Amino acid sequence: MDSSNNIEEPLQKKKHGFKNSLTTFFADLYNIHLFILRFFKEAFVPPFELREVVRQCYQVGVRSLTLISVTGFIVGFIFTKQARPSLASFGANSWLPSLVSIAIMRALAPLVTALIASGKVGSSIGAELGSMRVTEQIDAMEVSGTKPFKYLVCTRVLATTLTLPILATYTAFIGLLGGYLNVSLVEGISYTAFVQDFFQPLVFLDFTASLIKSIVFGFTIGIVGCYQGYYSTKGTEGVGKAANGAVVTAMFLVFIEEVIIVQITNNFR
Amino acid sequence: MKKAKAKIDYNNTVIKIRGLEKSFEDYAVLRGIDLDLYQGENLVVLGRSGSGKSVLIKLISGLLKPDKGSIEVLEQDICAISEKDLQELRIRIGFSFQSSALYDSMTVRKNLEFPLVRNRKHLTRKEIDTAVETVLDAVGLTQTINQMPAELSGGQRKRIGIARTLILNPEIMLYDEPTAGLDPITCIEINELINEVQQRYKTSAIIITHDLTCAKSTGDRIAMLIDGKFQRVGSFDEVFDTKDERIKPFYDYNFTD
Repeated sequence: MDSSNNIEEPLQKKKHGFKNSLTTFFADLYNIHLFILRFFKEAFVPPFELREVVRQCYQVGVRSLTLISVTGFIVGFIFTKQARPSLASFGANSWLPSLVSIAIMRALAPLVTALIASGKVGSSIGAELGSMRVTEQIDAMEVSGTKPFKYLVCTRVLATTLTLPILATYTAFIGLLGGYLNVSLVEGISYTAFVQDFFQPLVFLDFTASLIKSIVFGFTIGIVGCYQGYYSTKGTEGVGKAANGAVVTAMFLVFIEEVIIVQITNNFR
Repeated sequence: MKKAKAKIDYNNTVIKIRGLEKSFEDYAVLRGIDLDLYQGENLVVLGRSGSGKSVLIKLISGLLKPDKGSIEVLEQDICAISEKDLQELRIRIGFSFQSSALYDSMTVRKNLEFPLVRNRKHLTRKEIDTAVETVLDAVGLTQTINQMPAELSGGQRKRIGIARTLILNPEIMLYDEPTAGLDPITCIEINELINEVQQRYKTSAIIITHDLTCAKSTGDRIAMLIDGKFQRVGSFDEVFDTKDERIKPFYDYNFTD
């Protein structure tokens, strides 16, 4: 039996006979909006699934850590390497740590972390919940007196929202190391001097904006992954689509949110 | 193979369904179902694939909403009760899924503990362990306690799925295709287990199947679901004592050379 008529299933698409992709897009938008409302309605009402949230935080961290470490280091190293000739043409090599710090703290750390997490964590959540849906595990949870939305969705969304800022901070630190390695190899600058120059141009707003971005990105990755997986249909094909949809949609939304948040935070500079 | 006579209380209806209708888009699956399940009875619902058998038990457990009609389970109207009451009612109903629906990421022990830990929060570790061991013993699979679902055979998964529902001591059991995809010997074992559960746990049950051997050996009453309605309801012999061309092939396929 197709589970698409499950009580929890948003029915708008079929109910209104939406046919073309544009209306399907708006129906999806409407359903995600309902999904988010439901998250806020259920996540902060007892009983709290604290143990599961902690477990999921660990999972999110562990899943992304290696890739984020490698990527963060490479981003810091390569960005420094690529920026040097431009600065050198103005004789401004000494600005390199400052440029790297602004780029990493304001944009690269939260963005790179979010993109990596979309791929690793978002797809994993989409596939996991999708597989649970098509093998009736979510139904089994429901008939055994457990609220699957609270247990599966709220915990994962909270975990990504809480963990991404930590991962973004870690990426910034690793990026700093990458940048330092490049600078120390070429300019022979000391670590203390590099760190001093690195933090010198940064203001409180840079840290706050970065934190806000990471929280929003984390929430987006969690919500999109869970939405795709939780309402997955059509067997194994649906699981694949859920995983793929989770990555593509989350990445797309992360870029849109980046543009919006940058526009807003720049007004406060 | 023949089923031992069960103690059925015909004055006590545990499930009462009236005028139940359910459609998926334009296709009407159930077109006015009336059904009574009595205390202690095993009722088998037979029908072709896609005839709405699984939909019926999903409606009973509140996983789907009916378009029309009423479903009373243990004297509560499934369609009218609050979500909280529905959740409490579901604890009194055991649902054995066709796919077993074991949680892939948990061991057998964790699978069995899961409903117990979440619904009986006052239990001690020792009481939980005892309950797990008791149901595993009831389904004859104590040795699998630390195995992952992926390491189990189809028959073992079915048994663990049944054990997981039994751990909450349900009053009603809903079995969705309990013997589907199993070899004949395992089918016999599952049929025996269903009868054992009826005797040992004093449950009433609806068994969804298209396997006539399962129907004959587990059912106190058979209901034949054809074209969205129960066409014949009665004992096995009563239901198949017919020349109805929609019913006869079921019997002929299973029991005629």
